[in-house]
Amino acid sequence: MEKRIGVFVCHCGLNIAGTVDVEQVVEAVKDYPDVVYAGNYIYMCSDPGQELVRTTIREQNLNGVVMSNCSPLMHEKTFRRVATKAGLNPYLLEIANIREDVSWPHENEKELATKKAISIVKMAIEKLKRNVELTPMVVPLHKRALVVGGGIAGITAALEIASAGYEVIVVEKLPYVGGHAAQLAGTFPTLDRVPCLMAPMIAKMISHPKIKVYTNAEVDEVSGYVGNFIVKIKTSPSYIDEGKCNNCGLCLEKCPVTCPSEFDCGLAERKAIYITPPETMSQKVLIDPGNCLHLNGDECRACEEICPTKAIDFLQQGITVEKTVGAIIVATGYGLWDKKNIPEYESDPDVIDGLQFERILSPSGPTGGDIRRPSDGKVPKQIVFISCCGSRDPEHGFTYCSRVCCMYIAKQAVLYSRTVPGGQAYVFYMDIRSDSKGYEEFVKSAMEEERVLYLRGRVSKLFRDGDKIKVWGSDTLSGKSVEISADLVIMATAMTPREGAIALARKLNVTVDAIGFLTEAHPKLQPVETLTTGIYLAGTVQWPRDIPDSIASTGGAVSKVLSMFSRKELLHEPTIAWPDEEVCSGCGICASVCTYNAIEIDPIKRVAKVNEAVCESCGACIASCPSGAMRHKNWNARQFMDMIDIATGAYV
Amino acid sequence: MRIEISTETLYSDFVKKVEAISEQTLISCYQCGKCSAGCPMCFAMDLLPSQIIRLAQLGLEDDIAKANTIWICASCITCSVRCPKGVDLARVMEALRLITSRKNIDQVQIPEIPKETIAQLPQVAMVGGFRKLTA
Repeated sequence: MEKRIGVFVCHCGLNIAGTVDVEQVVEAVKDYPDVVYAGNYIYMCSDPGQELVRTTIREQNLNGVVMSNCSPLMHEKTFRRVATKAGLNPYLLEIANIREDVSWPHENEKELATKKAISIVKMAIEKLKRNVELTPMVVPLHKRALVVGGGIAGITAALEIASAGYEVIVVEKLPYVGGHAAQLAGTFPTLDRVPCLMAPMIAKMISHPKIKVYTNAEVDEVSGYVGNFIVKIKTSPSYIDEGKCNNCGLCLEKCPVTCPSEFDCGLAERKAIYITPPETMSQKVLIDPGNCLHLNGDECRACEEICPTKAIDFLQQGITVEKTVGAIIVATGYGLWDKKNIPEYESDPDVIDGLQFERILSPSGPTGGDIRRPSDGKVPKQIVFISCCGSRDPEHGFTYCSRVCCMYIAKQAVLYSRTVPGGQAYVFYMDIRSDSKGYEEFVKSAMEEERVLYLRGRVSKLFRDGDKIKVWGSDTLSGKSVEISADLVIMATAMTPREGAIALARKLNVTVDAIGFLTEAHPKLQPVETLTTGIYLAGTVQWPRDIPDSIASTGGAVSKVLSMFSRKELLHEPTIAWPDEEVCSGCGICASVCTYNAIEIDPIKRVAKVNEAVCESCGACIASCPSGAMRHKNWNARQFMDMIDIATGAYV
Repeated sequence: MRIEISTETLYSDFVKKVEAISEQTLISCYQCGKCSAGCPMCFAMDLLPSQIIRLAQLGLEDDIAKANTIWICASCITCSVRCPKGVDLARVMEALRLITSRKNIDQVQIPEIPKETIAQLPQVAMVGGFRKLTA
C-alpha cells in the first residue's frame, strides 16, 4: 500500500523552537520519500494543535504520523488518542523526541541541534514505514485484592476496598494485626488514645464478610500478572486448637519459659505460650515455637497437661493456601534502627528508643500507664530526648530525615509533662520539622505551656554516673556545651525499611531503593504505583511518614485498585515480544533473562512461548536470542537497521 | 566550658525576676534572630540581643552580666516592634539592666581614673558608670 506519512513538528513554545530551527526541520523532511505532509505549530498538545493533527490525518488521508515533540512518556498517549479519533490505528503513530533528546541537552549548539533533530525525525519516519496495525490485548481481571501487612495502612486499605464490595485478603506476619500503630500511647497533635482509633478499625476488619485475615502468615510465592496474580500464603501453626481453647489462661501460668515481649519492645516478659495483646483486639492463645521447650526437643508438656479443654496440639501444621488476586497493596510498614549503632551513647537500661517510651506511656503498657524507668522502676524526674539518632547522619546512619520523630518527641514530652508533676523534659534537636496541620502549634505548646526545654544541638556522649545518666550535648543558640543529669534518655532512632522488605520485593518483582524502601513508579505523578502494574504501595513501606500521611497514601493506592476493579477487563500494550517458531531452537536463554517470567519453553513444540499479558516489552529476550528468533512487534530488527542507517548516514 | 542545665537553673529566682519585671514569657522566644538582625546598635555589642534572651531562658545570669549588650541597648524598641512572637525584648533588656545594676558590682574603679580626667567628667557620668559597663 502506498505510504502517506505526515510529520508534525512542535515548537513547545521556546522549549524546542528556542534551540532547534523548526522551519528547517519541516523543510528537510517535506520532500522525504513517502512524506505527504510536514508542518509545525507552537503547541501540538494544545486543543488547536490536536485539531490540526486530526484534520490533517483526514484531509491528507494519512496512514502514518510522526509527532516530533517531547518525550513519548509525556504525550504518546495524547497523540495516539488523537490518531484513533481520526480513524488511524494508534500504533501507526510514532514520536520523534526532539525536546529531551535534542533541544534541552544541546541548548548551546543550535546548528548541530537542528541537524540532530532532522536525523531523529527521519529515523522515526523510517521506523514507521514498517509499523503494522496493532490492537491492545484483553486480559481477564480477578476483582479480589491482596493486602500485605496488617498495620494501620493495611487495615485501612482492606476496609476501603471491602466497603466498595470487593473481596480482600490480608496477610499479617505477626500473630496479631495492628502493627506499630497499636503499640503507640497516643497520636499527635490531638493526643487521641490509640485504642480509640484502632479498636473499631480492627474489629470491623475482623468481622467484615468480604475480608479474610491470615495472621502468623507470610506471602510465600507470587506469580502471574496484573488482574491475575497467583499468591501462595503460608501460615505458621499456633499449636492451639482455636475451636477448643476458651482463653482461660491456665497454660500461661504453668509455662516455665519466660521471654521478652515483642509488643512491649522487650520492656516486659511473656511466656512461651501467650495471649496476643489486648490492643490488637484478637485475644488468641498461641505458642512461640522459638522458645517453647517441647517444640525444641524437651519433654515439657506443662501447658498440655493443665489445659482443661485439651486445646494444645503440638502436631499442628501450618497451611498453604493459593489465591488468585487482581491487585496487591504492599503495606508492610517500617523497622527501627538499632540504638546500639551509636556506641558513644552508652548501652544502658535507661537509654531507650521512642517505641519503648510509647509502651511506658501507654495505659496498657508494662507499667500500667505509670511512667517508670526500666532499671529500677523509679519515676524519672529529668528526661532527655535525642532527635536524629541515625537520621540525617550520613556517617553513622542515613542521609534522610525520618519525618515523624520531631512530632512524636513533642507528643511524648507533653504526655510525660502532664503525667509527672515537676518532671522536666529536654529535647536536643537540629531542626524542628513540624510541617503539617496543627503540628507547629503543637510543638510551640509543648515549649510554652508544658515548658519542655528545646536545645539546638546534637548530643555527643551519654554515660552512667551513679543514679543518673550524664548527657553531654550542646546548645548552639547560646554557644554553650551543656550537661544534663538525666533519669531517662529517649533516642529517636531512624525509621528504616522493615527486615525482610527486600525479600518480599523480590517475590513481588518490585524495585527497592538503595536503603531498602520500596520505590514508586514516579516520584511526582505515580507516587503509589510500583513499576509492576497492579502492585501498589501504602504507608511506610515506601518512605517514613506519619499516620495521616500513611492513611493518605493508602487512599491513593486503594483508589488505583478500585479504578482498576471498576473495569470489565484489562487492556495490555500489544508491542510485545513474539517468537518465530520456525527459527526458535528452544534453548531457553530468553526465558532465563526475562525479568517478568513471561517466557516459558513449550514442552511439546520445544519452542519459546510468550505470555502476552505478562510481557512488558523490555526487549531483553530479543537481545539475548542467539538465533534471532525472538521478535518485537513494531520494533523489529529491520526497523532498527533502517534507523541506524539514518543515524549514521551523515558520518559515512 | 560545659555548663549544667537543670530545673534549678531553668526556674531560678533570676528567671522568675526577669519574667516578673518585664512581664514577658522568656520561653516564648523561638530564637529566630530577627531582633539581632534589625538592632541598630548590634555593631557595638559583644553578644547579640537574641543571644541574651537565650542566656536568660537558660538562667545564665553571669554570662549576661559579663556582656556589654544590655548597656549598649538604646531602648529604641525596634526589636519589640518586629518580634514575630510578640516578645517585648526592650522590656526584657530593661529588666536585665535593673537586676544587673542591683548586683552592686562596681564596673568603674574611681581610684584608677586619673585625677585630671575626674575633674573633667560630669558627676552623673561617674555615678552611672559605677554599676554599668558604659556611661
